Amino acid sequence: MDVRLAERFRQAVPPVDFCSLRYVRERSEYLAVRQDVVQPFATSEDSGAMLTVYAGGGMGYAATSDLSLSGLRRAAEQAHDWARLSARQSVLDFAQLIVAPPHGEYGSVERQPWPSVPLSEKIDLLRGECARLKTDDRIVDWETSLWHTAVDTLYLTADGGHVEQRFRYLVPMLSATANAGAETQTRTFSGRGFCRQGGMEILEHVGFRTAAPRIAQEALQLLVAPNCPSGTMDVLLAPDQVILQVHESVGHPLELDRILGDERNYAGTSFVTPDMFGTYRYGSDLLNITFDPTNPEQFVSYGFDDDGQPARREYLIRNGILQRALGGRTSQIRANVPGVANARASSWNRPPIDRMANINLEAGNASLDEMIAAVEHGIYMRTNCSWSIDDSRNKFQFGCEWGQLIEGGRLTAVVKNPNYRGISATFWRSLAMVGNRDTVEIMGTPNCGKGEPNQVMRTGHAAPACLFANVEVFGGE
Amino acid sequence: MQDYFYALADAITTSLHADEFYTCTFHAEDSDFVRFNRSAIRQAGTVVQRFLALDLIHDRRHAGAEIALSGDFDSDRGRIGELLTELREQLPYLPEDPHLLYATTVHSTVQQGENRLPDRADAVAAVLDAGSGRDLVGIYAAGGIYAGFANALGQRNWFESFTFNCDWSVYYQRDKAVKTSYAGFVWDPTVFMRKVTEAAEQLEVLKRPPHSIPPGRYRVYLAPAALYDILEMLAWSGFGLKDHRTKQTTLLKMVEEGVHLHPAVTLRENTRDGVSPNFQAAGFIRPDQVTLIEAGVFHDCLVSPRSAKEYEVPTNGASIAEAPESVEMAAGDIARDEVLQRLDTGVYINNLWYLNYSDRSACRITGMTRFATFWVEGGVIQAPLSVMRFDESIYRLLGEHLLGLTAERDFILDPSTYHERSTGSSRLPGPLVEQVNFTL
Repeated sequence: MDVRLAERFRQAVPPVDFCSLRYVRERSEYLAVRQDVVQPFATSEDSGAMLTVYAGGGMGYAATSDLSLSGLRRAAEQAHDWARLSARQSVLDFAQLIVAPPHGEYGSVERQPWPSVPLSEKIDLLRGECARLKTDDRIVDWETSLWHTAVDTLYLTADGGHVEQRFRYLVPMLSATANAGAETQTRTFSGRGFCRQGGMEILEHVGFRTAAPRIAQEALQLLVAPNCPSGTMDVLLAPDQVILQVHESVGHPLELDRILGDERNYAGTSFVTPDMFGTYRYGSDLLNITFDPTNPEQFVSYGFDDDGQPARREYLIRNGILQRALGGRTSQIRANVPGVANARASSWNRPPIDRMANINLEAGNASLDEMIAAVEHGIYMRTNCSWSIDDSRNKFQFGCEWGQLIEGGRLTAVVKNPNYRGISATFWRSLAMVGNRDTVEIMGTPNCGKGEPNQVMRTGHAAPACLFANVEVFGGE
Repeated sequence: MQDYFYALADAITTSLHADEFYTCTFHAEDSDFVRFNRSAIRQAGTVVQRFLALDLIHDRRHAGAEIALSGDFDSDRGRIGELLTELREQLPYLPEDPHLLYATTVHSTVQQGENRLPDRADAVAAVLDAGSGRDLVGIYAAGGIYAGFANALGQRNWFESFTFNCDWSVYYQRDKAVKTSYAGFVWDPTVFMRKVTEAAEQLEVLKRPPHSIPPGRYRVYLAPAALYDILEMLAWSGFGLKDHRTKQTTLLKMVEEGVHLHPAVTLRENTRDGVSPNFQAAGFIRPDQVTLIEAGVFHDCLVSPRSAKEYEVPTNGASIAEAPESVEMAAGDIARDEVLQRLDTGVYINNLWYLNYSDRSACRITGMTRFATFWVEGGVIQAPLSVMRFDESIYRLLGEHLLGLTAERDFILDPSTYHERSTGSSRLPGPLVEQVNFTL
């Protein structure tokens, strides 16, 4: 990392209680082939720094892409001005947040780095997979893409803190859209769910090179399938729907800044209250949820959060009982509730807030066949395509791309537009069986929105298939 | 800022090799963001950012990239020079692009703004004062927004705007709150205090015991802010030519089966009366208006240059997303002060939340009520309504079950700040609808 930037930061630091610099350099490349036509090759290179100042109990920040000494000095002065303005008018006295300076580093593991594969080879790969999606005249749109992002960060504090982290992300995508008259159905490679840290080896791990024919075939099957039936029945969710269920009705409700009310004007609040931690039954005994930033394959693994706090694995829910909140150091002090290192910012130009990292549903001991065999009348749903939940993260309604009836313990007819609805506070208590490690998929979502000013964030999730009892299910019109 | 961008564009022009062409866009802002919770400051700061996107074109091949700029002309000119070299090296590895289309007729424009924003300390003090004795949460965002376009033909376009957008809620308890916003170019303390007072009055009603209703069909009034959320959903793949030609538009039944909305529904992309730039990334100038739906019948798509080339139709200056940015719906004939009387018994919804499609082919949308939603009987607000989920098709909501639209319309400035402060806006009435399906 640029040692001259560290030197300029030291020269720019004003006489304040605390000052930090968080530098982010992000280079992304997006390669896509749609209907066998290579789409414009889009790259972006973004870099800048946020300076944060605590003074007189207030806090202020200033973000700039001018990393010269004069640029950093100007930003430090602006941050200092905001700290003075917010002193004695803030939600807390920021002086109490000052801790020993952090030191450390983290790096993604890449077995086949993205740059090691020539551009022409990547385009040829996408062209080949795109062509394999067009299997029928009824496939009216088809597309493949690879989205790679390299992020390098440097966190410095005026009192000597120094954390360097290096992330490499890859998001593969395939989709096929089938149409007949006014009916259109789209099937994807789990949306953008197969996002991970690492290099081109990820494509082998997630089966990118073999998925296209299945995706096209399933889009065509959906096109002629009947609507999902309505009624109360058992629902078996594939991992690419379980991760969405975890994200929306466990991850977000446990974010401490929501519980503290910071998000009430935008992303919402939470049905969870501080007094619930340690005693509240969130789900059945089978429900175990962890915050795990330590798995190098997962999308949002890291060594330190964006406030410089070291990250480690923690249980959020154990045997169904709520244990710990998703809140960084600032929120933990405000709420006096145990949390995790998850103060994260989308880039250099947004301040850290409480975000999910890798929020995982731990594997159980049932095989997929055992779960299917346990259902007399139910439905198997795969791949989220619709998500909606109230601002307290309680009343939800989710939809999937693919549904398949389970009758008498066997998978039978394909159905389209499968949806289900429920209430978070009771839904997880109907968790009846949890899939074993063979059913686990390592996934995530690259575009989670939250915060004022708004921030789009990567979140990671690993989950097995899960069976829920007595769920309200319905289809389309 | 305009001179700085134009000078960078001139530098790019002089750096081109023979037979090379370029288009470039610039977008920047200097923004104050002050976040509040419980009538205190949560986070306060300033963001200064500048981005330049450059597309280098040679024959039918092109390579593009976006970079962050420092604001220092000499160092940025050097960085852009390096970028040109990188793009030039990529070109031989990229195939010809059959859908490349850019403006070849020069049409330069300038939209300059005047900075009449309040002093930041005064604005913060006003918000904190409004929150005194209340539970206020939200954000004050303000500053300059800049956008530019340039190409090798010498076309230059510039847009700048200095706006504030104060978006806040006052809470009674739990999820009982009134959401309000005040946005514009000049901060008028009288207008701000009027909005604060109106919100406080509505909050008194929220202190009544909440009313719960079972799932079923109800008569509903949707305030313009709630209709805005529904149109945001329709903007997602409803109007783009690519979505229409690939049968992915959620309005497919309108074009394939001739399904109509209510004759009162006329929807336009009205760039002339919006606050967005009137140019787009390939250099095309947007027409003043594009009629999307006329008297309930689908009329025109938004057509990006890329779709125009692919489907061999003229572009109407849409962005690559082919989504409305300055949408307006024609007014109806219901006086705003008659809304409660016309609603009679039903649900008065100020805001919706977290909408999504539950059946794209049927254009059926689900979502939640949020903030100040009231149960009304005999034309009188009775009590706040506990949050409810709706699940309803647009063909009923703005079609067979639409009773009318208000004569007055609200001008809504999009408070979105993802990546950058939005310049989107809308001008909308409030619809009165019968038999809206509430499900949970």
